[in-house]
Amino acid sequence: MDSSKVMLITGTRKGIGEQLVKHYVAQGFNVVGCSRKDVDYTFDNYQHFCLDVSHETEVKKLFFGIKKSYGRLDCLINNAGIGLANHILLTPCKTVQDIMNTNFTGTFLFCREGARLMKQNGFGRIVNLTTVATPLKLEGEAAYASSKAAVITLTQILGKELAEFGITVNAIGPTPIKTDLIRSIPKDKIRRLIDSLAVKRYGKVLDVINVIDFFIKPESDYITGQTIYLGGV
Amino acid sequence: MTQRDKVLKSIYEAVDEVNEQLPEERTLEKSPDTVLLGEAGRLESIELVNILVATESNVEDAFGVPISVTDERAISEKNSPFKTIESLCGFISNLLEEKSSG
Repeated sequence: MDSSKVMLITGTRKGIGEQLVKHYVAQGFNVVGCSRKDVDYTFDNYQHFCLDVSHETEVKKLFFGIKKSYGRLDCLINNAGIGLANHILLTPCKTVQDIMNTNFTGTFLFCREGARLMKQNGFGRIVNLTTVATPLKLEGEAAYASSKAAVITLTQILGKELAEFGITVNAIGPTPIKTDLIRSIPKDKIRRLIDSLAVKRYGKVLDVINVIDFFIKPESDYITGQTIYLGGV
Repeated sequence: MTQRDKVLKSIYEAVDEVNEQLPEERTLEKSPDTVLLGEAGRLESIELVNILVATESNVEDAFGVPISVTDERAISEKNSPFKTIESLCGFISNLLEEKSSG
């Protein structure tokens, strides 16, 4: 791999994002990450920004920093996401707004700014994180699954709008992975979800990495606007 | 060089970049009066996008601050700040003034 390649990953403090950083740093990428709070790890080829992904001015500053430091962006992984399982009758409006802001608005802003930078080199790979909760229409996940449905539609439309700039936009929908995101979901509910999958097990971060590796390959320039769900959903 | 001159220079550099891709009969003149949008304009919508994105990048390089050349009236022929090079220059100058004052 060209060691000068630059990858931006959102939501890197813990969970899938942290594991993605470790993987792609080891692959030789210059990795830039962000989260609301600082991370408790460091790598020579990792740079961290603390920000809210839905805050336009902060996002612009991050991309300005990437432009100044590296002058390019090759891959963007929109991993930052929040979710809170709840029945609609008990869900506060503020919760819905927070979920939409982080999951959809954040992804929108990073795609927009990322594409501007990628366009300059006529090459880019954007991968958005969605969820199997969307196609499975999981009860209790109305706000979370809807926000990710918006991400899927965004992915499909940006796939068209950005194709002529050499930028592909795809999405991956993981099954439950043992991270903080699913900590608050009752275990029996997770068990039932896993039983409904074709491949009945928890997802692993390596399953996610496998699909991302495929999407970001230079040879994948004919694949855009697609969503791959894990577990056979 | 005044701020307006620096912004105009950034826009003209973006025009140069896009003109390289255009057939000769559709190239844009580097003048404040040049129409970018609307029936009198010579640009396809994607070429307008290219000019605006290149302008944003050039202005960021020239002034050393991030700006966002986006506007909800972008494709409104009547009120768009991107209608002519002059209106685009004014729009960006306002963005820069907002940055420096706030």
